[in-house]
Amino acid sequence: MSVYLVAVRPAQPTDDYDLITAAHEVLGLALETAYEERRYLLAGAVDDQVSARLARELLVDPVLDTAATFPIDAMTPTDAAATWAIDVAYRPGVTDNEGESVRVGADRAGIRGLVAVRTLRRVYLRGPLPYDAVEALAYQLLANDLVEATLISLPDDTTASASFYAKLIELPAPQPARIAAVALRDADDARLMQISRDGVLALDLQEMRAIRAYFRTAGREPTDGELETLAQTWSEHCSHKTFKARIHYRSASPPIADDEPNIPPTIDGLLKTLLIEPTRAINPPWLMSAFVDNAGIVAVGDDAVSFKVETHNHPSALEPFGGANTGVGGVVRDVLGVSGQPIANLDVLCFGPQELPYSELPTGVLHPRRIAEGVVAGVRDYGNKLGIPTVAGAVLYDEGYIRNPLVFCGTVGLSRRDQHLTGIVPGDHVVVIGGRTGRDGIHGATFSSEELTHQTAERVGAAVQIGDPITEKRVIDVVLQARDQRLYHALTDCGAGGFSSAVGEMGERTGVHVELADVPVKYAGLQPWEIWVSEAQERMVLAVPPTTLAAFLELCAAEEVIATVIGAFTDDRQLRVTYAGQVLVDLEMAFLHDGRPEREMEAVWLPPAQRFEPEPDPDPLALRAALHALLAHPNIASKEPIVRTYDHLVQGRTVQGPLGGAEGDAPTNAAVIQVRHTGTAALATGCGINPRYGLIDPYWMALACCDEALRNIVAVGADPYKTSLLDNFCWGDPREPDRLAGLVRAAVGCRDVAKTWSTPFISGKDSLNNEYRDEQGQRVPIPPTLLISALGVVPNVGQVVTNTLQAEGNLLYLVGRTRNELGGSHYLLLQGELGANVPKVDLIQARRTFRALHSVMQAGLIQACHDLAEGGLAVAAAEMGFGSNLGLDLDLASAIKDDDSANDAVMLFSETPSRFLVEVRPHDSAAFGMRMEGVEVALIGFVTAEPVLRVDGVHGSEVVREPLAALKAAWQTPLREA
Amino acid sequence: MHVQNKPRILVLRAAGINCDEETAAACELAGGNAERVHINRLASGAARLDDYAALVIPGGFSYGDHLGAGKLLAVDLLYRLRESLAAFVADGRPVLGICNGFQVLVKAGLLPGTATGETVQQSATLAGNANRHYECRWTQLMADPRSPCLFTSGMEGPFALPVGHGEGRFVADEATITRLTAERQVALRYVDAAGQPATTYPHNPNGSVAAIAGICNAQGNVFGLMPHPDRAYLPQLHPDWLQNRQQRQAGDGMAIFRNMLAYVTA
Repeated sequence: MSVYLVAVRPAQPTDDYDLITAAHEVLGLALETAYEERRYLLAGAVDDQVSARLARELLVDPVLDTAATFPIDAMTPTDAAATWAIDVAYRPGVTDNEGESVRVGADRAGIRGLVAVRTLRRVYLRGPLPYDAVEALAYQLLANDLVEATLISLPDDTTASASFYAKLIELPAPQPARIAAVALRDADDARLMQISRDGVLALDLQEMRAIRAYFRTAGREPTDGELETLAQTWSEHCSHKTFKARIHYRSASPPIADDEPNIPPTIDGLLKTLLIEPTRAINPPWLMSAFVDNAGIVAVGDDAVSFKVETHNHPSALEPFGGANTGVGGVVRDVLGVSGQPIANLDVLCFGPQELPYSELPTGVLHPRRIAEGVVAGVRDYGNKLGIPTVAGAVLYDEGYIRNPLVFCGTVGLSRRDQHLTGIVPGDHVVVIGGRTGRDGIHGATFSSEELTHQTAERVGAAVQIGDPITEKRVIDVVLQARDQRLYHALTDCGAGGFSSAVGEMGERTGVHVELADVPVKYAGLQPWEIWVSEAQERMVLAVPPTTLAAFLELCAAEEVIATVIGAFTDDRQLRVTYAGQVLVDLEMAFLHDGRPEREMEAVWLPPAQRFEPEPDPDPLALRAALHALLAHPNIASKEPIVRTYDHLVQGRTVQGPLGGAEGDAPTNAAVIQVRHTGTAALATGCGINPRYGLIDPYWMALACCDEALRNIVAVGADPYKTSLLDNFCWGDPREPDRLAGLVRAAVGCRDVAKTWSTPFISGKDSLNNEYRDEQGQRVPIPPTLLISALGVVPNVGQVVTNTLQAEGNLLYLVGRTRNELGGSHYLLLQGELGANVPKVDLIQARRTFRALHSVMQAGLIQACHDLAEGGLAVAAAEMGFGSNLGLDLDLASAIKDDDSANDAVMLFSETPSRFLVEVRPHDSAAFGMRMEGVEVALIGFVTAEPVLRVDGVHGSEVVREPLAALKAAWQTPLREA
Repeated sequence: MHVQNKPRILVLRAAGINCDEETAAACELAGGNAERVHINRLASGAARLDDYAALVIPGGFSYGDHLGAGKLLAVDLLYRLRESLAAFVADGRPVLGICNGFQVLVKAGLLPGTATGETVQQSATLAGNANRHYECRWTQLMADPRSPCLFTSGMEGPFALPVGHGEGRFVADEATITRLTAERQVALRYVDAAGQPATTYPHNPNGSVAAIAGICNAQGNVFGLMPHPDRAYLPQLHPDWLQNRQQRQAGDGMAIFRNMLAYVTA
């Protein structure tokens, strides 16, 4: 076997200014030049002719590039004048999509004998650079040691690169398969815990004891595969043990407020009693599936719409690109797992402040800027390549996310109403399709159930992966065809826990037997337990009846999707896994799924101490400064630099995406997508997230988040009667009673919303243990974070409402009462304060408002509508002007308010929920007023021809007069920094 | 025997092609009978290109675009469908490449092509955007009314279509650009607010030479463009629709599909 190098370089290399700038900003290095060369290693029956042909036909763009090919033992430098060369390649075993493409291309071109291909990038640097500086540059700016191998060499040191390349392309040696017994039956408690820790099993003592008892009764020791199976299935990630635990809740001191929520002292499962029960009680006719399947499902006419939001926090902390990449891939497979065609994505991202000084970066943590860049690139890469429009989302920046960023990925799916199948019959084949199985992603489920530390990267590096969106796209293509032809009985994705979870769950009610030696693997040397728990991406498991197996396999073969029968469903309620006939797992389904001892947990609420509530400054100069600063705040400012890199228009369904207005550069309330290409029904999605409220009280945060998500979609025309919610709780360690108490309060908030509004939760996910333990042992939890995602039906796409001002002379009404609720607001954040007066949703009033507003929209009485959120009335008013050439003239004295709100700063910036600013034509005002009866509404101004935001204060004098162009410029600050 | 009277339009599928559904919907709305056919079915003989009136290569990331946008699908076409595709083009049947499809046609040498129409070496390319990243935005365009391009016949503009790509910067040597301009093969250009060819971002979203957004072959039956008519085939997909529902009655992208259908039914 020979190994060749093909070096492809631009005919006219141009400097990588991004790298040069970053090297200067981050490391203070003065690079003279820096540019990249692509390199390919080709191994197999390759000679001079073959390598030259591959270069010419596959690797070079004849208009842009030149190429040189060498056997790796006879290379010559491609730029001997450079000071340094840095080679970066994915480590062996990590997905190398480019390398795979070369193999496919060679095959199409009829070139046989290529055994392995690896791609790498080589960066050439010039400048007075010592080795240490180059090393810092390589690891801080170019490579992630977790998934990439790096070589820093002198450009003419071909010996060093040849030996590096030889290692990269080396194939893993086969190893004999070994199934080990773990000595558990006689282990004492200390030994049990050591086994759990050493194996990254994340099982606690109670659970280890239950396992020990099971195997004592069975009269044998567990295999490594059985212990792994139990660890995966019982992980927090897969079994949600905190949300199922019995919780004893109390408050450390008696509540002072008279609006303290009603929280029972003992809660038998947060999930069951606070989320599932209200949904069951509401049970609207259009609800098809809630909390049962991989995604919630609702009916829209003859269609079924599925919705799921997942998190991928820990992987994104360590390898931002791969973490976000596979986060998108995972949630898309969730929706595919209920036979849904993915039609829209949403992404909510929480990062540390981008301008954090490097000197303040904790050890072992990637800089927030690098995390943000990697995550955004990961979302873009996967979503764009799958052809799913990324239509909605949010980006938040807070110091609480420096060590532990949050990445929420959501997908909306579409099928016909009768296409959700779950009827597995004994005798059905177990078929795995899609990606091959490798050592990647082992222990993802258990790893996500642990806290992060400065050593996490070294310990569980294998849990982090790079995705292969095109393999997933092929899988989607065949699954949807198989769905339409009814070729399978059920399917699920291979997510956390790999086969052990997917097969174990599918066979729960029947029993199943799989043979792992038949699983297609990426390389030799995998142990049976590794195949069983690998979380290698882009795989689905299907139950295919014998009658349609041939048709299904033929369909997969025709589209080059690897499909393999690995076993069959049985009727013995036993999970049996073999490797070449040897038994790896033989467990009763009953023990696997119901044998885990439920936890009992303590929750102790520490009511917030009376916090300093700064006096809002109503001076017009201060108001003006605050308005500009709010619009420019990263949480409120335009996200256009990110949004433009996401494809939000693919599939031709996007009626409203993340940007709106005449120039397509103004904010929108919510995304609206058409359900079918022919038809009038549309869907709206919106999100509510505000961790600052949670720092004061997670109960009120939950209400505010639900209110915001619903506000968003009601504002564009969604029917509040046909709306459902998803919850995503990201919290610290629930074993700490104070963290758990906050979680309980947030879940109680969700319950109260669902019951009062009759708006069901249809799915959700919790990501706990979002804590970081630093070198000193100090534990830092993230701010309690709840993401609420809303999905609503817009009955007719013709009635979608914009938030952009429409016509001079139209009237502007403020819907809702304004209260003195600056606690947790962005206005106080500007002053570095949190405050105490957290916004409190009046659930009854909110429901009345949403329903009345929808009715006036249906009647065609609303020209434009914007919901009030971060930054309050002032920010919303400015944003309504950004998409038009019109202005607003407002009078705060006319607004409905509490006595203690009669302060211009409060009126402009309070974040009281359930409020909207709406534009109504003068001749519609009477009809509008009639239909809005029972809702607190006041006429507060009108649309002006001059593009200026002008506001008279509560005492009658002018307090704001700002050209909208200036305000828009502040809001577009990120565009100038990009 | 096909009982349908509507012209059969082949909308090509391949691994990573992801705009086939909306492209087919637009072809149907224009009066065609769109069939989404996987390239492997053409290669295996299960479907025949010759049975179709027109071929559309939709957008996406064929095979992941890992070797350069459209490169691997171009190699695939050249090795597996060379003769049938050459015959299809020589017969004057319409071939439309949108976004990734345009990149495929260019990398396969079908665009800009030669005066006689046979497949040649790649002579132009679609390089990485000047701003170095993927870009999704609406653009304003004008068609050359004197171009032989059958797809842009009668549609001068300006009109709006969105782009969504990371590699859309049209690049060729000066002689090629001069020839394309002289032969009126530059069927579509990005224009600025004044309707002039756009030289700067964002009106020219990717830095294309001579504001080139789409080109055709000398015969005018093969056309590739970076913007997406398939994402502008309904009025409500346009950003101005929410502001101006009365005046926005149709999607600007439909004219391209209607021209294709009009040509094959004439």
